[in-house]
Amino acid sequence: MNAPFQPDTISLDQLKLGTKARVSSIAWDGLDEGEACRLRNFGFDEGVTVEPLHLGPFGRDPIAIRVGRMTVAIRRRHAGAIRVIPLTQ
Amino acid sequence: MNPLPLVAVAGSPNAGKSALFNALTGARQKVGNYPGVTVERHSGRLVLADGRPVELVDLPGAYSLDPASPDEAVTRDVLLGRQKGERQPDALVIVIDASNLDNHLRFALQLIELGHPTIIALNMVDLAKRDGLELDPSRLSEELGVPVIETVAVRRRGIQDLQAALDDMLSAPFCGVHEHVKSDLIHLQRRAREIATAAVVSETPVRRWTHRLDAVLLHPVFGPVILAAIMFVMFQAVFAWSQTPVTWIADGVAWLSNVATSVLPAGLLRSLVVDGAIAGVGAVITFLPQILILFFFILLLEGTGYMVRAAFLMDKLMHGVGLSGRAFIPLLSSFACAVPGIMATRTIDDPKDRLTTILVAPLMTCSARLPVYTLIIAAFIPNTRLAWGIGLQGVVMFGLYITGICGALLAALVLRKGVLKGSSGGFMMELPKYQWPPLKDVVIGILTRAQIFLKRAGTIILGTTVVLWALASIPQAGPGQRQSEVSIAGHIATAIETVVKPIGFNHDISLALLPAMAAREVAVSAIATVYSIDSPDEQAGANRLEDKLHHRWSLATALAFLAWFVFAPQCISTIAVTRRETNGWRWPLFMVTYLFALAYLAAGATYWIAVAAGLGGA
Repeated sequence: MNAPFQPDTISLDQLKLGTKARVSSIAWDGLDEGEACRLRNFGFDEGVTVEPLHLGPFGRDPIAIRVGRMTVAIRRRHAGAIRVIPLTQ
Repeated sequence: MNPLPLVAVAGSPNAGKSALFNALTGARQKVGNYPGVTVERHSGRLVLADGRPVELVDLPGAYSLDPASPDEAVTRDVLLGRQKGERQPDALVIVIDASNLDNHLRFALQLIELGHPTIIALNMVDLAKRDGLELDPSRLSEELGVPVIETVAVRRRGIQDLQAALDDMLSAPFCGVHEHVKSDLIHLQRRAREIATAAVVSETPVRRWTHRLDAVLLHPVFGPVILAAIMFVMFQAVFAWSQTPVTWIADGVAWLSNVATSVLPAGLLRSLVVDGAIAGVGAVITFLPQILILFFFILLLEGTGYMVRAAFLMDKLMHGVGLSGRAFIPLLSSFACAVPGIMATRTIDDPKDRLTTILVAPLMTCSARLPVYTLIIAAFIPNTRLAWGIGLQGVVMFGLYITGICGALLAALVLRKGVLKGSSGGFMMELPKYQWPPLKDVVIGILTRAQIFLKRAGTIILGTTVVLWALASIPQAGPGQRQSEVSIAGHIATAIETVVKPIGFNHDISLALLPAMAAREVAVSAIATVYSIDSPDEQAGANRLEDKLHHRWSLATALAFLAWFVFAPQCISTIAVTRRETNGWRWPLFMVTYLFALAYLAAGATYWIAVAAGLGGA
């Protein structure tokens, strides 16, 4: 389900907490319809700025991610479908 | 007569929609059901400035018109005028969170496209300001082409402006909605972001409160510790805070019982009123304080936004037993009552996740078990203080809750490995901003629960108690005989006793188990009725039920009785709601069977171990 490799991008689950990044691509095909619909509803889209904020206490899963002005929790598996370009502050 | 104009309140989850609905309608609310689906319909009445009444309906929260759940489907169908049992809304109030414009405007744009007369309530402007965000509502109104009113629903601010705008809107003629044009979601999202950017006057980056709180409450170490502490405090409070009001109610019931005894002539009628109605219902309403305290905590955790954080913390563990963090909220609500808990599973998308959650929800210790637990604990567990603020009785209660939780997790694990095998779905949730819920909303919630409980006490519980009284009183015992053995109920109980005797249950318990199928707390009123009929000479208030039990049951039997109630599915409402939510008898029958089997094993194991430990004597 991981997005195709692109230079300078990492998958969202590899991004360090507190690092802002821009979404470069989302592997929509690897997600089932409901999951994709919900991610879109949360505002996940190419070009959006995201920032991982918190990790679940057990197995560092799920991940709380700020997307736009919202904070959402998704599982590590789904974050793996999102490729991002880290932004240096 | 023409029906009242209907105004629908719509918006994304966490926009403060329900708070706005409460602010507009106050306590004049009705909770019903949409026909054919298990979605609650909340409606209320609002009187406009010129005296015209309007009906307001609070639609389920949705992120878009493409439904991801039955709730969201109802929202879509009502707005398109397709929902059975609901008329076409005459106007629409869209609630959006001022500090989450980019996201909420997308749904708003989709709704505006439908062509209803629409007003936007730009809600939680105070929180946006606190986060350093200054907005221009007139610019927003220009971009959207509909009126925009700033509100702070939880503080009742902007409500009058909103009413005035509704007044204007409902005076203008309205010519029906457009067919739903399915605009591209991505396109709408981009347009929403443009408008949001245009409407922002200034934005000062500040450390947000929610972020600071989350740093502690979602901390990998402190987070789970705080969650455990909150749950522990909650269950200690249920015990400690309720003591005084419970005494008041018990005294009131005793007084009423004495009055009835002195007013009514001795005979069947007095026995029916005093031993049947007053003893039975009185024993149950004594537990009203505990139930309300528990609901107070649950409403508070929900209202502040902490409940979702609890789901976040627990997701991985829940995932480990084949559930999702989403199941945490239905399961936590099941601590109050499994019926709303099972209904809350509708937010779980994956069907197997959902079914597993439904099947284990009755293992969560619901408030109806509190009367049973409290009675037995008060009768058999000494009120010793273990440490400052921690009593032995509270610890035993906590242990019973923990047993229920562990039982539920184990059952889920086994179910997911067996009958409900398959991969588990995902976990995606919004973490809303923390806020203090208005006291009035919490009070409305508690009063609704109190009403439901008292209604139950007045109908089901009164009914079963009176029937049990009749069965237990006829035929009358001769001299030297025990009434509870001679009567019709006594004979039924003797049959049940042959099955439950190996697990330490006596004749009185067997007698209580049958009516307790209606609801668990009936067990308490049934025991009260039986002992009251058996010993008519004792003054009702003079000899407390706890003392009677203490003399008649062994500790081993009492503990087995507690273990039984951790598991036994003795609640008609739960079985009925399971049937409704799973569309058939197959799953409720499965649930009842496996839970009774567990109850029997647990009570048996407890009894045999206790007897082996020398606790079998009365």
